[in-house]
Amino acid sequence: MSQLETNKAVQMVNITKTFGSLVANDKVCLDIHKGEILSLLGENGSGKTTLMNMLSGIYLPDSGQIFVDGKEVSIASPRDAFNLRIGMIHQHFKLVPVLTAAENIILGLNENRLVDLKTVAARVKEICDRYGFVVEPYKKVYDMSVSEKQTLEIVKVLYRGADILILDEPTAVLTPQETNMLFDVMRNMKADGKSIVIITHKLHEVMEISDRVAVLRKGHYIGDIATCDTNPQQLTDMMVGRAVSLNIDRPEPENIRECLVVKDLTVLDVDGVKKLDKVSFTAYGGEILGIAGISGSGQKELLEAIAGLQIVEPGSSMMYTAKESDKAVELAGCNSMDIKKMGVRSAFVPEDRLGMGLVGSMSIPDNMMLRTYGNGRSIFTDRKAPKGMAEKVVEELQVMTPGLSAPVRRMSGGNIQKVLVGREIAANPSLLMTAYAVRGLDINTSYTIYHLLNEQKKQGVAVMYVGEDLDVLLELCDRILVLCAGKVSGIVDGRTAKKEEVGLLMTHLGQEAEA
Amino acid sequence: MKVESKEPLFRISKRGAMARGKAWGIRLIAVALSLVVCAFIIFAIVKMNPLKVYGAMFEGAFSTSKRTWVTIRDTMMLLCIAVGLAPAFKMKFWNIGAEGQILMGGIAAAACMIYIGNKLPLVPMLLVMAICSLIAGGIWGLIPGLFKAKWNTNETLFTLMMNYIAIQITSFFVAKWENPFGSNTVGIINARNQAGWFPSLFGQAYALNVIIVMLLAVGMYLYLNYSKQGYEIAVVGESENTARYAAIDVKKVIVRTMGISGALCGIAGFIAVAGASHTISTSTAGGRGFTAIIVCWLAKFNSFVMVLIAALLVFFEKGAIEIASRYNLNDYVSNMITGIILFFILGSEFFINYKVKIRGSKEETK
Amino acid sequence: MGQLIALIQAAVVFGTVIMFGAVGEIVTEKAGNLNLGVPGIMYLGGICGLMGAFYYEMANPEPSAFMCILIAMLCAFLASMAGGLIFSFLTITLRANQNVTGLTLTIFAGGFANFFGGSLNKLAGGVGQINVAATSAAFRKTPAFFANMGDVGVLLSAFGFMVYLALIIAILMNWFLNKTSVGLNLRAVGESPATADAAGINVTRYKYLATCIGAGISGLGGLYYVMDYTKGTWDSDGGIERLGWLAVALVIFTTWKPKRSIWGSYLFGMLFWLYFYIPGLTRSSQEIFKMLPYLVTVIVLIVVSMRRSRDDQPPAHLGLPYFREER
Repeated sequence: MSQLETNKAVQMVNITKTFGSLVANDKVCLDIHKGEILSLLGENGSGKTTLMNMLSGIYLPDSGQIFVDGKEVSIASPRDAFNLRIGMIHQHFKLVPVLTAAENIILGLNENRLVDLKTVAARVKEICDRYGFVVEPYKKVYDMSVSEKQTLEIVKVLYRGADILILDEPTAVLTPQETNMLFDVMRNMKADGKSIVIITHKLHEVMEISDRVAVLRKGHYIGDIATCDTNPQQLTDMMVGRAVSLNIDRPEPENIRECLVVKDLTVLDVDGVKKLDKVSFTAYGGEILGIAGISGSGQKELLEAIAGLQIVEPGSSMMYTAKESDKAVELAGCNSMDIKKMGVRSAFVPEDRLGMGLVGSMSIPDNMMLRTYGNGRSIFTDRKAPKGMAEKVVEELQVMTPGLSAPVRRMSGGNIQKVLVGREIAANPSLLMTAYAVRGLDINTSYTIYHLLNEQKKQGVAVMYVGEDLDVLLELCDRILVLCAGKVSGIVDGRTAKKEEVGLLMTHLGQEAEA
Repeated sequence: MKVESKEPLFRISKRGAMARGKAWGIRLIAVALSLVVCAFIIFAIVKMNPLKVYGAMFEGAFSTSKRTWVTIRDTMMLLCIAVGLAPAFKMKFWNIGAEGQILMGGIAAAACMIYIGNKLPLVPMLLVMAICSLIAGGIWGLIPGLFKAKWNTNETLFTLMMNYIAIQITSFFVAKWENPFGSNTVGIINARNQAGWFPSLFGQAYALNVIIVMLLAVGMYLYLNYSKQGYEIAVVGESENTARYAAIDVKKVIVRTMGISGALCGIAGFIAVAGASHTISTSTAGGRGFTAIIVCWLAKFNSFVMVLIAALLVFFEKGAIEIASRYNLNDYVSNMITGIILFFILGSEFFINYKVKIRGSKEETK
Repeated sequence: MGQLIALIQAAVVFGTVIMFGAVGEIVTEKAGNLNLGVPGIMYLGGICGLMGAFYYEMANPEPSAFMCILIAMLCAFLASMAGGLIFSFLTITLRANQNVTGLTLTIFAGGFANFFGGSLNKLAGGVGQINVAATSAAFRKTPAFFANMGDVGVLLSAFGFMVYLALIIAILMNWFLNKTSVGLNLRAVGESPATADAAGINVTRYKYLATCIGAGISGLGGLYYVMDYTKGTWDSDGGIERLGWLAVALVIFTTWKPKRSIWGSYLFGMLFWLYFYIPGLTRSSQEIFKMLPYLVTVIVLIVVSMRRSRDDQPPAHLGLPYFREER
């Protein structure tokens, strides 16, 4: 073993992991050095979390090798990972709410037959003092704030003796002050000789905290670079890649009219965290408004709020005007039933296809009537119209199905999506909202969908297109609204904006550059 | 420190779709296996030739016209309850309270027979009884439904407790209506004038039972599969998020569906009293409210599959009782047999929904 | 005073049956398994304890009290565990629905118990009803050492040993769940199996063990019912089933805390027997009074769901299956 390799805490060699037909990691090689803070950078779906999950025992790689301290290992369970002194702090906390902090820390350890919370508390205090945490050992987790829970997760991992800590987007849920405190703690841990991997897509954080950056894109390892030798621009290029020409048709908008005027829209989640913070914009009939942003920046809440599925805070306003009318109605404060009663014709393709947009156990015709089943006086549902509609959608969008009567759950993701998009467009809407409409679709189908959206645009529909592929957004949309942490960080012209510009807005750097 | 990965002995993965025929094949195998086990048990107890066991069971259920009709009557009873439970279960609302809803319906029917028995002609009398039972059962279903909709109160445990409250109410009325005094039973109500009894149709005492229940079963099939309300139930049962997306009033659907479910179980109580036993007691429901849950669940809420399962269970019940009586043993053996068959059918669903792969030889060479 | 003591004694005897049932079910539910087979499991415990004692007494004309107790308890405990094992195998390994499986278990075990309870003597060539006088007497033997403590002494020493055993098990389980590492892990399994799994806890093994041991404890309630409540005979009027459901109710009443099952079960017993000590009730109005334990449980259920106090909620994953995420 050469001198160089002894410096490596972990080596991952040619790691490949697939989920069905999706290749999440393709022959990825990654080294983690001892005593460094490594940033793992990449867009959503680039395979960062999957790669780290194989280190923490959640998934087994399909092929490839993992070396820890130079020895080849196989990590089949989180327990194996603990034994190798690897600990991961997941984005979704793995804590039991009704237990106290101390109880959560010793869960599954079975150090003593009896639970000795006093000793645990003392040891927790020791760890806290060493790195600068604050954890109240007897506090129940359900009484904790998000940042307290995260601290607890880190202490839990340290208590188990981890030398390699993996943090999956730890700052996503933190305020700037809390982020600073976390970074201080991370520096203390590094000084103590621990290796830390931080998964993130926030460039300024990468620049601030890490020693080295490794970049993944679409499951491939792009490269690594010392933080001091790089700049945000270069990292963005590595992360998003070169602009690719897709030749998506983009007709000029005609007869533009105001369709939806959103003002100061604020939405809180169940924990009271702001998911949307005073969002204001206007969607015009006859254009496609793209919505860009790192996932979880508030796209889901924005569309759901307009559809009446989120409780909006007082002071929010959403004025909707139908295609052929000029009377505006207020949608804020209405639930989906009110909106339906008001006759608002907004179509919505939600991100969660089977959990919200469709009923998995029902056939295509039955799903076609999900939004219209109540029409008419009869106590029975009209079965002819949905059947005709289903046949039309299946034919026009070339849906591959084992048969019209088969439950939609049995179809592939792409075909499910076609059914959903087909239904929403067939409703002849004034406002069409789509969330990740082409996710999981092949190229041809994607173009079919773009074409359908353009058709809607030509008919004067206001189309809102939430997307994750910047190339598509830049070629399809007339304007692009960029969300960052629940705020609008900019609205750019789709015809003139540069990819880098949008990328920077997504990662907050746009504002900082201006400031 | 040694870390090794161990492939589990069995790898279980979810199956895609299984052909309907194959799925039924697996269920049939399960029933057949359960029959073997049952025969073995019966053999162990009474040393009866297992093949003769089945013959005796068949005789128990169908050897005379009267027996056949009792088998049909009891099948209809079980089916009626299962049909009543179907909308609730399709909505994924665990209505364990059929026993109570049946009893409340039964009390209402018995009360009508006792208090207005000879004041009305038969047809209006039966209608009044049916309506009273419907309302009584409906209220018993509505109460937990309301609390579920308002505070998300656990319906499984709530409906379960409602059963016992209903049983005590039944005991109260049994003591009140006791006849003859001191017997602690109500006795046959209106034995002399048969007021409020189901009339014989086409010379069959239980023909009306069949007609009512089959109408309900077909009606429920249509309601669940073709009506707007049935559509709403299906969506709410699948996902509340989807229901809200489709602008369905989830709370209203929960309350309404539980009212319907309770009301139909109340009708079952009406049939049990007016169309079968002509009396009321705490065993009027006799555990069938629980058995029906399993019938309904296994049939995946399809009325016609329910007929099959209900008939199968009642056949075994009658058969087991026949064997027990031949050997002068008590007829609880039928519940035991029912339980075993259900265990097997429940277990068989796993093999329909999952693939099991035994650890391959590849790992062993490592 | 005499009446009050009689009421308390009746309440304790009644309460002990459901205390066993409830404490066992609490252990089961803490692992996230909602076993509606409790009445069935109590049936199994009752009948198998009775059968064990019956065959022992038949084989030995002069049975020893110790052996009577040992055999009956062992049979009851093992048979109930077997019931728990059937439930575990179907719900955990074969992933069948917990509610449906539990109800089926109750149907099966009710049939099994009442069949053998009614037919055992006949099958063994005897006449009349089954009766295990010696074993029942051993179970009902009261301790002497409270004797000279006046009224309190009379009250304390009025019971067979299983009354005290129930108390010990309830306290022990409370200690086990709250103070031991294994108990902590068990609670985590019922609250959030994914978290427990990630912490290296073998969720399947915990669920199996908790369900089987819980069933064993519940089954002792059936045994006590047979040996003490019905004095070593079998009555097939469904008494065990009624009390079994009450045990399920008691679990809710205690908000999943074994400690509370002690006074809770005695309270249920008092509520149940109250009618006996209220003068002027007719036979029919007595029945209304017997509804009290169920009514109280419904009220507790509603109050708990309205208050949403985090400490009084059922285990968060109760009744739900757990499979490790497979993508």
